[in-house]
Amino acid sequence: MLSEKSEIIAQLKKDMLLLQGCRPPSAATVNVNLGAVNGAFPNAVFPTGAIHEFQSNAIESTAATGGFIAGLLSTLMQQGGVCVWISTARTLFPPALKYFGIEPDQVLFVDLQRKKEVLWTMEEALKCEGISAVIGELNDIDFTTSRRLQLAVEKSRVTGFIIRQHPRDNNAIAAAARWKISPLPSQLNNGMPGIGAPRWTVALTKVRNGQPGSWQLEWLDGRFNTITAEVVLQPLIAERKIG
Amino acid sequence: MAIWFRHLITDWFTIRQPALKNQPFVIAAPDHGRMLITAVSTVAQTQGLETGMTLADARAIVPGLQVFDDRPELAQQLLLGLGKWTIRYTPSAAVDLPDGLLLDVTGCAHLWGGEAPYLQEIIARLNAFGYKVGAAMADTIGAAWAIARYGKTGAVIDSDEQTAAILSLPPAALRLEMPVLLLLQKLGLHQVSSFAAMPRSALRRRFGPALLNRLDQAVGREEEMILPIEVIPPYQERLPCLEPILTATGIEIALQRLLEALCKRLQQEGKGFRTAVLKAYRVDGKVEEVSIGTNRASHNEVHLFRLFEDKLRYIEPALGIELFILEATKADDVAAAQETLWTSGCKMDSISFAELVDRLTNKIGANAIRRYLPEQHYWPERSFKPAAYLQEKTATAWRNEKPRPMQLLPVPEPIEVSAPIPDYPPMLFRYQGKLHRIKKADGPERIEREWWLDEGLHRDYYAVEDEAGQRYWLFRSGHYDEDNYRWFIHGFFA
Repeated sequence: MLSEKSEIIAQLKKDMLLLQGCRPPSAATVNVNLGAVNGAFPNAVFPTGAIHEFQSNAIESTAATGGFIAGLLSTLMQQGGVCVWISTARTLFPPALKYFGIEPDQVLFVDLQRKKEVLWTMEEALKCEGISAVIGELNDIDFTTSRRLQLAVEKSRVTGFIIRQHPRDNNAIAAAARWKISPLPSQLNNGMPGIGAPRWTVALTKVRNGQPGSWQLEWLDGRFNTITAEVVLQPLIAERKIG
Repeated sequence: MAIWFRHLITDWFTIRQPALKNQPFVIAAPDHGRMLITAVSTVAQTQGLETGMTLADARAIVPGLQVFDDRPELAQQLLLGLGKWTIRYTPSAAVDLPDGLLLDVTGCAHLWGGEAPYLQEIIARLNAFGYKVGAAMADTIGAAWAIARYGKTGAVIDSDEQTAAILSLPPAALRLEMPVLLLLQKLGLHQVSSFAAMPRSALRRRFGPALLNRLDQAVGREEEMILPIEVIPPYQERLPCLEPILTATGIEIALQRLLEALCKRLQQEGKGFRTAVLKAYRVDGKVEEVSIGTNRASHNEVHLFRLFEDKLRYIEPALGIELFILEATKADDVAAAQETLWTSGCKMDSISFAELVDRLTNKIGANAIRRYLPEQHYWPERSFKPAAYLQEKTATAWRNEKPRPMQLLPVPEPIEVSAPIPDYPPMLFRYQGKLHRIKKADGPERIEREWWLDEGLHRDYYAVEDEAGQRYWLFRSGHYDEDNYRWFIHGFFA
């Protein structure tokens, strides 16, 4: 009886995911290996074909976010895929992408003046089927606009990343996940002096149908490695809205 | 077809200043120290004035005569403007100095319901503007020219009838030089018929080869070409409208039809648009145009229509548009698209990506869209360059041996640093008022300035990490022991 009940609940949960527009992973989905982080997502698969929001409050954390996204892109952009990077004041240094296994010439940079243009370009790019990923740097985006982007990716299955630098307001947007990446002291093995592979604290503060948490990752030998086994599987209280 | 403007310049003055309509006036230019009349208005002509008179004589005949200065380029400018206006009737129009236009109307007249209505329409429109014109249509340029000036205006000479039509005209109708005309007059040959039957050798001996040449051109024994004002591009479609188009929907339908026709043609020839122009000829004589460009030759109607769609609102129909012309100003071979069956992803050279880039380029401009290629420089700011086109590839690979920062400041910013020993990384630095204690460091990596490109000090780069784990790219410009060294922050590592 009990096992039946849990089966029914598992089935219902799956049905709910489907109803919420979260498709089960198909064979065509690219499997992004994030180690322990994958467990936070529904079906334990990094959601491609969705919008991911990244927040950063300092340029150091923007750099870390850039590195983390580049790590994700290296999986998404396999087999010569292309991605579009849209921004208004870009400081990204294209040759740095090579370290994360991306050919920088496979990235199309769109440098614009106004936020309105960024949103238009992003929507247009997200509608184009077959692009590996679209990255947009924005300060603020309202829920309605993000919903437009969400509708675009639901149709085209393109993965979108929104980097919000210094967001004025912590409003919710239609995204599969909200990330915060901050740098972490690096370590060379056997205690050698010098700077090691980039390490970050990867905090998932919001996941649709998933479990938020915080992990420590390292980018080494072309893939993500989880540093410590201890996974903090609890929502961050500080992120909750009061009232 | 030939059009002759009897009073081109004076008519133009009358159009500009309607008050002159019933007044005698002339246009005069200085010549050998006197003023010679170069153009006479209709009213002045009825009072006995002619071109070539001196102004003093003319003033004696018509007191109170108004005189305007002649501008040497005026006639050509006017004819060029009128010639461009006539492009709505035929794609190939030419200026025939000093006072005429030549149109190649082959295959155009049926759109106006035949040759005679076509000719009448043009004459009526020009008359409505205020120009007195003579016009005629014939198989040869020579015959049309002759009949427009010396025959019945509005005459349409049937095919192969031109010889008979010019026989009764004076020899001046053959576009001959003055000495030849004088000679013919002296010999009493007042009509073309009086010498057309003479032996050719005799004509050549007496009047030179020019007469025979002109005669042959008029009757069609010798070919004569016209030099069109605007070269007709090989890929062009025209859509004349029965009624002037005023609405956006109408313009869209017109564009769709033109694209359909031109794309079909380009597809058959294995070509595609690179740049295209849509011209809309308005009723009031103005031409509105919008243009698009593509990154890769395309003959996909839907895609091209979307590119134009954003720009159609710049077309101002005013009183209406009577002719649309779509032109592929640049057409390239289309590489046969290879169907990719197993990879669903987009590549730099796939069509759907090129179409996306086209849409972005047309909306936000090509300057905003960049793709970078590696360049063989160690100097960080010069280590990459924008690609010239979307599919450009280079032989050089991206460098990966030294770590490079994710974020690079456009201009390095000075920082305060305390460094313990020469050539050691700093212990701490202050950037934007914040103190960072350095825990780990790599370096120095010396990057020399390329003296053949610019002058200045070399840079010693250090990658450093502070106690919070934030990684920075710092450099010292210049040697430590010199007085003029300075520290800068240049980037942020991931």
